[in-house]
Amino acid sequence: MSKGIPGYSRYRNEVDTLETLYELGWYRENMPRPLLGGGFLYCFLSYVRMNKGGNKKMKEQLKMIEQEALEKILQAKTTKELQDIKVTYLGKKGSLTSVLRGMGKLSKEERPVIGELANKVRERLTLSLEEQLEKLEEMALEEQLEKETIDVTLPGRPVRLGGQHLLTKVIEEIEDLFIGMGFEIREGPEVETDYFNFEALNLPKNHPAREMQDTFFITKELLMRTQTSPVQARTMLEYGGNKPVKMISPGKVYRRDTDDATHSHQFTQIEGLYVDKDVKMSDLKGVLDVFTKKMYGSDRKIRFRPSFFPFTEPSVEIDISCKACEGKGCSICKGSGWIEILGAGMVHPNVLSMAGYDPKVYSGFAFGMGPERIAMLKYGIKDIRQFYTNDIRFLTQYHNA
Amino acid sequence: MLVSLNWLKNYVDITDISPEELASKITKSGIEVDGIEYVAEKSEHVVVGYVVSCEKHPNADKLNLCQVDVGEEEPLQIICGAPNVAQGQKVAVAKPGAVLPNNFKIKRVKLRGVESNGMICSLQELGIEEKYVPKDVADGIYVFPKDVTVGESVEPLLNLNDAVLEFDLTPNRADCLSMLGVAYEVGAILNREVKLPSPNPKEGTEEAKDYIAVEVEAKEANPYYGAFVIRDVEIEQSPLWMRNYLIAAGIRPINNVVDITNYVLLEYGQPLHAFDYDKLGEKKIVVRHAKTNEKLVTLDEQERVLSQDHLVITDGKDPIALAGVMGGLSTEVTDTTKNVLLEAAYFDSSTVMKAVKSTGLYSDSSTRFTKGVDPNRVKEAGLRACELMGKYANATIAKGVVAYDALNREQKQVKVNVTEINKRLGTLLQPADVEDALQRLQFKFEKRSQEYLVYIPTRRGDISIFEDMLEEIARIYGYDKLPYTLPVGAGQAGGLTERQILIRKIKGIMEASGLMESRTYTLISENAANTLISPELTEANYVPIELALPMSEEHKYLRLSFLPEILRILTHNRARNEFDLGYYEIGKTFLTAESTLTKQPEERLRLAGAVTGNWVHHPWQQENKLVDFYVVKGILEKLFNYLNVAVVFKPCKHKDMHPGRTASLHLKGETIGFIGQLHPRLQKQFDLKETYVFDVDVEGLLEAYKNEPTYEEIPKYPSIGRDIAFVLDHTVLAAEVKQVIMDVGAPLVKHVSIFDVYEGEHLEAGKKSVAFHLVYQHPEKTLTDDEVQASYEQIIEAVKKKFNAYIRS
Ligand SMILES: [Zn+2]
Repeated sequence: MSKGIPGYSRYRNEVDTLETLYELGWYRENMPRPLLGGGFLYCFLSYVRMNKGGNKKMKEQLKMIEQEALEKILQAKTTKELQDIKVTYLGKKGSLTSVLRGMGKLSKEERPVIGELANKVRERLTLSLEEQLEKLEEMALEEQLEKETIDVTLPGRPVRLGGQHLLTKVIEEIEDLFIGMGFEIREGPEVETDYFNFEALNLPKNHPAREMQDTFFITKELLMRTQTSPVQARTMLEYGGNKPVKMISPGKVYRRDTDDATHSHQFTQIEGLYVDKDVKMSDLKGVLDVFTKKMYGSDRKIRFRPSFFPFTEPSVEIDISCKACEGKGCSICKGSGWIEILGAGMVHPNVLSMAGYDPKVYSGFAFGMGPERIAMLKYGIKDIRQFYTNDIRFLTQYHNA
Repeated sequence: MLVSLNWLKNYVDITDISPEELASKITKSGIEVDGIEYVAEKSEHVVVGYVVSCEKHPNADKLNLCQVDVGEEEPLQIICGAPNVAQGQKVAVAKPGAVLPNNFKIKRVKLRGVESNGMICSLQELGIEEKYVPKDVADGIYVFPKDVTVGESVEPLLNLNDAVLEFDLTPNRADCLSMLGVAYEVGAILNREVKLPSPNPKEGTEEAKDYIAVEVEAKEANPYYGAFVIRDVEIEQSPLWMRNYLIAAGIRPINNVVDITNYVLLEYGQPLHAFDYDKLGEKKIVVRHAKTNEKLVTLDEQERVLSQDHLVITDGKDPIALAGVMGGLSTEVTDTTKNVLLEAAYFDSSTVMKAVKSTGLYSDSSTRFTKGVDPNRVKEAGLRACELMGKYANATIAKGVVAYDALNREQKQVKVNVTEINKRLGTLLQPADVEDALQRLQFKFEKRSQEYLVYIPTRRGDISIFEDMLEEIARIYGYDKLPYTLPVGAGQAGGLTERQILIRKIKGIMEASGLMESRTYTLISENAANTLISPELTEANYVPIELALPMSEEHKYLRLSFLPEILRILTHNRARNEFDLGYYEIGKTFLTAESTLTKQPEERLRLAGAVTGNWVHHPWQQENKLVDFYVVKGILEKLFNYLNVAVVFKPCKHKDMHPGRTASLHLKGETIGFIGQLHPRLQKQFDLKETYVFDVDVEGLLEAYKNEPTYEEIPKYPSIGRDIAFVLDHTVLAAEVKQVIMDVGAPLVKHVSIFDVYEGEHLEAGKKSVAFHLVYQHPEKTLTDDEVQASYEQIIEAVKKKFNAYIRS
């Protein structure tokens, strides 16, 4: 509170006001206590009673002292000077005191008038001294702080913070989106059986479509899963054919591809499945529309194109309208205005019945997407190998919110 | 499948639609058109010319000076360097002003003092890809058949104006591996009529059965074998239009007999094979499985050693073809062939697939057989070929076909119910919509009250159940007309499981601790698969799982640790001048003790990481700190505290780790991982400076995780602190001293922390000083100094005795 109460000096003679301010909780250092002033007033009054008549001269004297003192106060440059001024004017041997000593000569009527005046002079000088002292202290502090100046442009102490891999970021974003639509997240083994990776998905041995995915086999019956779809079959089996399944399953998958800019022998996939009574193909369209709009922006449109997957019938591929050209056709969408992002379809009745769901009662849809592809599209990444090189300059690019 | 639009125009009217528009419609209806290729760029001012005369250039041996009639008043004088140019030929002439592909502009020029007013072109110069150019004109100019008109533009003549759609066919749409199938598809999409060829070969008087006999032993694998006898063929060029179509479809023309079989293969989707009849040993075709180690030299001059899985065509004695895959060299049709035996057969797809897999011979024929051919087109395709042989090889077709025939040509029937369609699609289709789709697809049907009984044409082998028909109707109706709805089922509340939440939190702690998440490959090299394996995995005799047929040595084994791959990341980044690095990864390891897997391995989640370089790097305030053991240990301790699990660190030896700076991690008596400095040998191998690693079994942590924060009363009575510094042998473990203090001080000592460790000049060698801060507290009263002092002295005595310690003054 070195600056005091704003505008306080206007009320310097208004003790009542001061008291009100105290009551309101204001506080001021070096505040002249009204009680002290009272004591002083008492002495002063008795003095006035003794000395009647010479008041005019005394008034002038007081005015002079005040003026002289105020000038000196304002010119003071150090606290020492202020202390000296205080002694000179207000001290026991100070000029104001000596003037007051002569008050005994005044008449009984004049004494209170001069007393009040002297009191006010004292108050004003005291306040002025305090104000000047405060000002000097402030200046001294400013001077001191000025010396403590630092270079704010120097770099801060680095706070070490790691961050998510971009693929994790994309996967968690998708997970959260589907959780919001009532889906749960299921996981399954990466070393799968031939049965769950193929047969349970309507791909019996020697089915020509098996060649669509070149597989890393470990033994005749065990392999690196080529898709996250086996989690569909496993979850349905676990649920026993009599309650709805609403799940997504993100995870790693493996295919015999030579690594290049657009192929990776290991990549991630997110499989989705919803099985219930009366699930319609239009529900698939609705759910994926919500997904794409949240993931890619509300101005994206989706398009269903017939396709083929052994475990769905009908099967579709889903394109979104190209953001770069707004559907007019450009190099990113190869001139078509559309970009393929998902495969989907209605769960094949064979898949349902193999997993214990009666296709006459239950129907469902399934979809699959590739987080790498999604990230590549969203962030303009040209080479899929970037995800697995883990170059720190690549990873940190995506650590902003 | 490459679809020439000029060829397709013969079956369905597409003249009013641009290739781009057609491609987009086909893509939307279910067959992805990958691209549109134009046979050649536009060439103007290129016409047929007649070489009136051809003489040597007066000043150049290798050049010819030709006078070429291009249908104008005066012949053009053209200098031509091609070796095959000759008087009397009809050739393609680019006149001055012509612009050939690659922006090659033809101008009047002087060559060695003689004027040349144009260029006689090769097919390559006109934009035809080298690999499709027939061999006889590959090294020179192209020579037209005699019947073309001088002055005529060559563009339509050579089909240079054709656009070719490249179909990316899904395995179910084998029907579109033929031009007729494509015609049906385009007809359905555009709702237009399809015109089919009706083959009608002109047969001679002789009977085919007098020339050949057919016997099928492998009846399952070969339900139909038809043999046509074609006599007195004249081997020559096939007609220009056929050559053009083959080139557009990506097949190099050879001669009329071969070209006709290829043409019919593309038109009908039915592979055919032509044998040189006169080279058949016994005039008897026998189809059987091969004998073990039986040999056949195929057309590519490779000797194939066969097994009983292979189906072969024999001439009654020796194999002459590997059924459906490739013919034999001994019966190949050559320029001298006179009589042809034409095979039109139906081979079972899995038999052909096995042969393809064992020989690696993927061909236009085997692709079609493995995906299934139309049983109703087998014989018809043979007839079509005979018709064309009669016309274009001047051959005589023997009467009839000699065949073994047990082929099922029946049409499948599928019931389609309009209500059910709407229920599955979420649409409001009317019976008229369904009928329209069926008519456009040219599927015959009968209406039976609410239902349609649909007869599926045999060309559509992919359709057999209601759902297949649902797709057909939906795609013809248009998926864009499907409404958008959201599921109405009650379902469940979605959400993460406790395990999933915890795993996300573990990742969060690692990242908040300054580590980057990495994602590395599961499949690693043999060396990596045996490096930095956590002690408990080694103790359990787990071995890395090997792939049966890896693609490379780099990706051959399933990982037991991700540390080697994370170290590779550090190496990669260091090579790019990034020195202060910290990575972690959470993922699966694959555990088995079986040398040959008989069941799925256990897949356990682990958390591993590696840190190198500066941990704190703040140079201008001289605040630099290299990573050390305790930095990494601190990160793990934070994690363990978070999970509320009591993990104990014990000194440990590991072949890949620094012998004095490695600890194993223990939880409830089980080893769950390790932490420490990488062995300098490995550091060097990975080109790294001091590097610290950790590897922890996440499953163990999750099992031990307790989700019940035990409430402890906030103490009411003041605590009293005491400090004590022991001088100990260097080898004494601080944790053990701390344990003694806790044990002896119990229950008054509430907490012990280490606040100073010193080794150096003020102590004798081999000694260290460790200072402990003890906190005494009683839950129900204020402890007196005497009580604390008594305990304190007991502790000092115990530590002195147990560790041969003394108090540091
Ligand atoms: Zn675009």
